[in-house]
Amino acid sequence: MILDGKCPTGPIQETWDKHRFDLKLVNPANKRKYNVIVVGTGLAGGAAAASLGELGYNVQAFCYQDSPRRAHSIAAQGGINAAKNYPNDGDSIYRLFYDTIKGGDFRAREADVWRLAQVSNNIIDQCVAQGVPFARDYAGYLDNRSFGGAQVSRTFFARGQTGQQLLLGAYSALSRQIKAGTVKMYDRREMLDLVVVDGVARGITVRNLVNGQLESYAADAVCLCTGGYVNVFYLSTNAMGCSVTANWKAHKKGAYFANPCYTQIHPTCIPQAGDYQSKLTLMSESLRNDGRVWVPKKKEDCGKHPNEIAEDDRDYYLERKYPSYGNLAPRDIASRAAKEQCDDGRGVGPGGRGVYLDFADSIKRLGEDTIRERYGNLFEMYEKITDENGYKRPMRMYPAPHYAMGGLWVDYNLMSNIPGLFVLGEANFSVHGANRLGASALMQGLADGYFVIPYTIGGYLATVKPGQVKADHAEFKKSVEDVTAEQNKYLSINGKKTVFEFMRELGGLMWENCGMARTKESLETNLKKIPALREEFWKNVKVTGSGAELNQQLENAGRTADFLEFSELLCRDALHRNESCGGHFRVEYQDAGEAQRDDVNYCYVGAWEYKGDNKEPELHKEPLKFDNVHLAVRSYK
Amino acid sequence: MSDHKTMTLTLIVWRQKNANDPGKFETYTAKNITEHHSFLEMLDCVNEDLIHSGKDPIVFDHDCREGICGMCSQVINGAPHGGQDRTTVCQLHMRKFKDGDTIYIEPWRARAFPIIRDLIVDRSALDKIIQAGGYTSCHTGGVADGNAILIPKPVADEAMDAAECVGCGACVAGCPNGAAMLFTGAKVSQLALLPQGKAEAAERVMNMSNAMTECGFGNCTNHYECQAACPKGINVKFIARMNREFLKAQFA
Ligand SMILES: Cc1cc2nc3c(=O)[nH]c(=O)nc-3n(C[C@H](O)[C@H](O)[C@H](O)COP(=O)(O)OP(=O)(O)OC[C@H]3O[C@@H](n4cnc5c(N)ncnc54)[C@H](O)[C@@H]3O)c2cc1C
Ligand code: SF4
Ligand code: FES
Repeated sequence: MILDGKCPTGPIQETWDKHRFDLKLVNPANKRKYNVIVVGTGLAGGAAAASLGELGYNVQAFCYQDSPRRAHSIAAQGGINAAKNYPNDGDSIYRLFYDTIKGGDFRAREADVWRLAQVSNNIIDQCVAQGVPFARDYAGYLDNRSFGGAQVSRTFFARGQTGQQLLLGAYSALSRQIKAGTVKMYDRREMLDLVVVDGVARGITVRNLVNGQLESYAADAVCLCTGGYVNVFYLSTNAMGCSVTANWKAHKKGAYFANPCYTQIHPTCIPQAGDYQSKLTLMSESLRNDGRVWVPKKKEDCGKHPNEIAEDDRDYYLERKYPSYGNLAPRDIASRAAKEQCDDGRGVGPGGRGVYLDFADSIKRLGEDTIRERYGNLFEMYEKITDENGYKRPMRMYPAPHYAMGGLWVDYNLMSNIPGLFVLGEANFSVHGANRLGASALMQGLADGYFVIPYTIGGYLATVKPGQVKADHAEFKKSVEDVTAEQNKYLSINGKKTVFEFMRELGGLMWENCGMARTKESLETNLKKIPALREEFWKNVKVTGSGAELNQQLENAGRTADFLEFSELLCRDALHRNESCGGHFRVEYQDAGEAQRDDVNYCYVGAWEYKGDNKEPELHKEPLKFDNVHLAVRSYK
Repeated sequence: MSDHKTMTLTLIVWRQKNANDPGKFETYTAKNITEHHSFLEMLDCVNEDLIHSGKDPIVFDHDCREGICGMCSQVINGAPHGGQDRTTVCQLHMRKFKDGDTIYIEPWRARAFPIIRDLIVDRSALDKIIQAGGYTSCHTGGVADGNAILIPKPVADEAMDAAECVGCGACVAGCPNGAAMLFTGAKVSQLALLPQGKAEAAERVMNMSNAMTECGFGNCTNHYECQAACPKGINVKFIARMNREFLKAQFA
């Protein structure tokens, strides 16, 4: 089937304004009759729940943490983009649009990206009004920095904690609505199923994580804002609780999963120290503004103290390979380059899996105080984890899974192929194509939540009667029964391996065979090994305790079971895409080390339909058209 | 990647099945721990052993494991977050301990934070304080350009110092009175410092103070244990600022 993204046509500059005008409105007096479920309270969900509550809808919001303020958006460090052009350095909405399309390696929709660039400026204004303490200069104006892959300074930041401050802004707006009674907040709840009645999304089944009760919630529309899935690699920069579960359950109820193979590996993370490791920590790529990346030229030097390696014996490989972008080369390119150096035997640190990020030159030029002012908290974090002082010796870095460009398929209104099911933020696939530029995920989350969904959900709700299905409907009962059966299964197996052991094994397979470099063979290997591992899981997993209590093993068992299914789809998508683009690098398709796209055959969104357990999914395509930015080879040389 | 030196530690951990269970300390051994393990990774190892032997693992709150979400919350040897300067439990590493150490691990203990299970407590009272007024009442969309409000760098920086609070509640756990003054003072100060927050400053400080009392937090008697416990280095000067704001509001 050919999918229709329902993008408005006409001059790109006018698409969003015209579409907004064309959307139907819900009468203000009727809004409170509509129930809207928002799952997730990160930037996307927090902003959406607050804004929809403010409009007068009756909102029920859910998160698995103990407070909406803890969503993983909180961990974003570097910053958020906007096309304000305050520095007068040549930025514009058009340039942000252009950079995002090109950065995404021409695998995103033009109209969606245009809208994102257009509303980016409103986001900054909104956050300032909320009291987000963005960095300012001495005259009191907002400060900007340049950030991964951009040649203009368009990134706004709040020290090294931009995500935290933006999330606390959204959380404060949400708190205001909770107080006002327009939003009811359910924390420590995990969504374990989507309830679909006659083809329309009508609600969710959640587990109360404190007492284990399964609860049903009905609504006129459901918004999934449940974040990304790169914990499928086990070790990633995501929080421990991040999972594909909400998305996967919706997928199994009919929602198409788009481009799952587009995953982003971030170039600057603290390398793994041991097998017991539970997660990887990102060091903001803003560090690459002042740090220089290098490895020893000679393998023999890898074991030496870095400060003893002579200047001439260092290979500043990013500066060498990409002279015009140098250390600021986009993430996918910088990550692959790091892997290449390490594969070549010139990596440093444990297992030879690391490259240096060196501040010595910047410290000489600007002084240690300036560097501390810019990145102090990152150096502190680095030292806590590694026990090494980044001011005195270069930091060690290695790429790690970080972000999911793929996600549930949505149309221009952010609605999935299931009517009434909307998907926002990292959970959808919409704007980043095959590679996301730095500082643009925060922008997307808040754009979706503050400035897109408040309009587009109205366009949908205006066409449906409120309250048609209640939580006592048979489909809700059935959903609770299904979830109960699944939970009982985990608890009854009583095998020999823990959930973590399975997840670690799956992560290993994914990182090895479907990570930074993928081949037909490696992917086919995974398509054999993953089903085998899944089968073993269902025979041999051990989960203690019961379902009627707080049980973290049970929570993790569910997330792992979903990853064990989803990972197969990810590999299948990667195998079908016989090209390299953005974060998806197929070794067979390259031109002297650079990714080789195939626009003739693969210039489309690949959206997969679930066809049943252990059945092959069906691929649907949405062709991509580029009327404004011309398809070109993405070169950063 | 295995490390040659490993440690064996004795853990004395608070176990409590649910809110109604009286709870008690249990002793466990942590084996094969390296200096690079984080504290939570050390507990992961203990839990893996417990699960293998068919026992319920120790449950504790955690999520980001990088010191920013504020979810982790354990009192270690009497100190919230373990007592390392500006460090959350998840960022605490085992190099701070030595082979043979005995480590006591307890949940936050405060009247306003009922225990849910083992090391997990209910901190929703902190959300209630924010709901009482920890915001500016701006509408989505209807706001001025970000540069229409000028905020000199020193003011923006001080507001940011206050805004760094991760809402973990260690200040409450560390306070002999179970007060939430550092947490509340930080939010009140952030918004009072910024021009955007000034319009509602008086109402905000009154409402948030009332919420603190209603939620069962104690009073501040200037012990400053909160600052010592705070993993984000939030300064007690923000408590003083909140007190000034409170006085101003009363006489306004
Ligand atoms: C370390 C790090 C640094 C980053 N730095 C930057 C940066 O500098 N700039 C930038 O633009 N982007 C950055 N990103 C990316 C960006 O932070 C994220 O993509 C973005 O914040 C995602 O927001 P979200 O609202 O979509 O999801 P999240 O913030 O992940 O929120 C997900 C929400 O869904 C809830 N949830 C999930 N599953 C369920 C379920 N089954 N049931 C109930 N609730 C559920 C969670 O509780 C949570 O509330 C960074 C990411 C990481 C990991
Ligand atoms: S003030 Fe410090 S200790 Fe208290 S909640 Fe905030 S970060 Fe935690
Ligand atoms: S787990 Fe997030 S701060 Fe410790």
